[in-house]
Amino acid sequence: MTTLRYTKDHEWVRLEDGIATVGITEHAQEALGDVVFVELPDPGREVEEGEACSVVESVKAASDVYAPLTGRVTESNQAIIDDPALVNRDSGGEGWFFKLALADVAAFDALLDEDGYQAFLETL
Amino acid sequence: MNDDALKTTPLDALHRAQGAKMVPFAGYSMPVQYPAGVLAEHQHCRQAAALFDVSHMGQASIRGPGGAAALERLVPGDMQGLGAWRQKYTLLTLESGGIMDDLMVANLGPERLFLVVNASRKDIDLPHIAAHLPAGLVLERHDDRALLALQGPAAAGVMAGLAPAAAALGFMGLAEITLGGVACLASRSGYTGEDGFEISIPAAEAEAVATLLLAQPGVRLAGLGARDSLRLEAGLCLYGNDIDETTNPVEAALMWTIPKRRRAEANFIGAGAILAALAAGPARRRVGILPEGRAPARGHTAITDDAGQTVGEITSGGFGPSLGAPCAMGYVRADLAAVDTRIGLLVRGKMLPARVAAMPFVPHRYLR
Repeated sequence: MTTLRYTKDHEWVRLEDGIATVGITEHAQEALGDVVFVELPDPGREVEEGEACSVVESVKAASDVYAPLTGRVTESNQAIIDDPALVNRDSGGEGWFFKLALADVAAFDALLDEDGYQAFLETL
Repeated sequence: MNDDALKTTPLDALHRAQGAKMVPFAGYSMPVQYPAGVLAEHQHCRQAAALFDVSHMGQASIRGPGGAAALERLVPGDMQGLGAWRQKYTLLTLESGGIMDDLMVANLGPERLFLVVNASRKDIDLPHIAAHLPAGLVLERHDDRALLALQGPAAAGVMAGLAPAAAALGFMGLAEITLGGVACLASRSGYTGEDGFEISIPAAEAEAVATLLLAQPGVRLAGLGARDSLRLEAGLCLYGNDIDETTNPVEAALMWTIPKRRRAEANFIGAGAILAALAAGPARRRVGILPEGRAPARGHTAITDDAGQTVGEITSGGFGPSLGAPCAMGYVRADLAAVDTRIGLLVRGKMLPARVAAMPFVPHRYLR
């Protein structure tokens, strides 16, 4: 079963079999503009919820990408290192950043659902 | 600053209609990019022609006889040797030797000099100039004029079809032209490293002229984002980043703007300090920097030597779309200013290897 959640830092999180795939939302890629560089966490790194663990740089500026939940990085997406523009082209799919083995799978449910994220966007 | 306090240019409605992302810049609401995005706008300028609204910049004229000699008190360039309908890049200097602003000065006949200064500095520069003009000379601000830049390899062809006198200009030449029935002042110059034109237009007619230019094949709007990446690749200074009141022309590698006669006469503001700095040799120098790898290093990134000792700071940096790699400029200790010197850049706590490199990063393609 696949479920999608969001954070107020404009990340999406997809949970499959206890592994969370993390990327940035369409709103985030749109706001960043053309992505020219990404830095991703090494597999094996333990990250805390809210910890800055990736960097995405557009032509305009550098932004941190945060761990949406506590866990261990299992994989990072080499494809966006080789082709950073993939983040703009497919932010919700092939442009994912990293995968986390969650310390507490139940914490996932506390993240924003689609309606919650859309409502949050409207407050901006 | 809230949006209401920002000034707008005469093309504000056009920018919004074209879907521009507007940002505050030097007290103005300016388009940073259009829906195409910074990369596409940058590439389009290098491949065809980009139209920039630079109406925020300060335009003014010094009117009266002997303007060039009077202005030479304030700038170290050769103003008296400037030919009719020619312009030059020069600096307004401070007694300290620092730089008040960089600007373009054009000779529009015996009794008129035309100036273009930075938006962020115009309310400092123009009163300063006015205060130093002798009797018989007046400074007239052109706040009622817009300024457009049409830049790129297709710009000359576009102008050839609309105003042949502009297309016939040499680099840094000017002419009074008519665009769609509107009297404009065009110069063959720009801030992108490409061939192109800057066109001064009465504010009321600016939208009509911009619309006419945008209707020409190959012309697309570009915003401040692309303007910045284009000028960085071209190695051109941005006032407030790469030069300011605390940098002198020696450190800034701008002594080419001060010819032999002006150095010998030493009669411009700050001459003593600048010539002393030249004689002593600068402690730091503005250089081009190429990071290894793909990570851009932005302004204020610390620069280190091989041993990890801080030796300077990046003043402008980012990703060069035409270069296909990051590039930057900044100041380093003078003994490290030679091309190919290995340096480090402290980015997010990590030392990225980089080297000092010649500028421009992308060759200029001015009309020569």
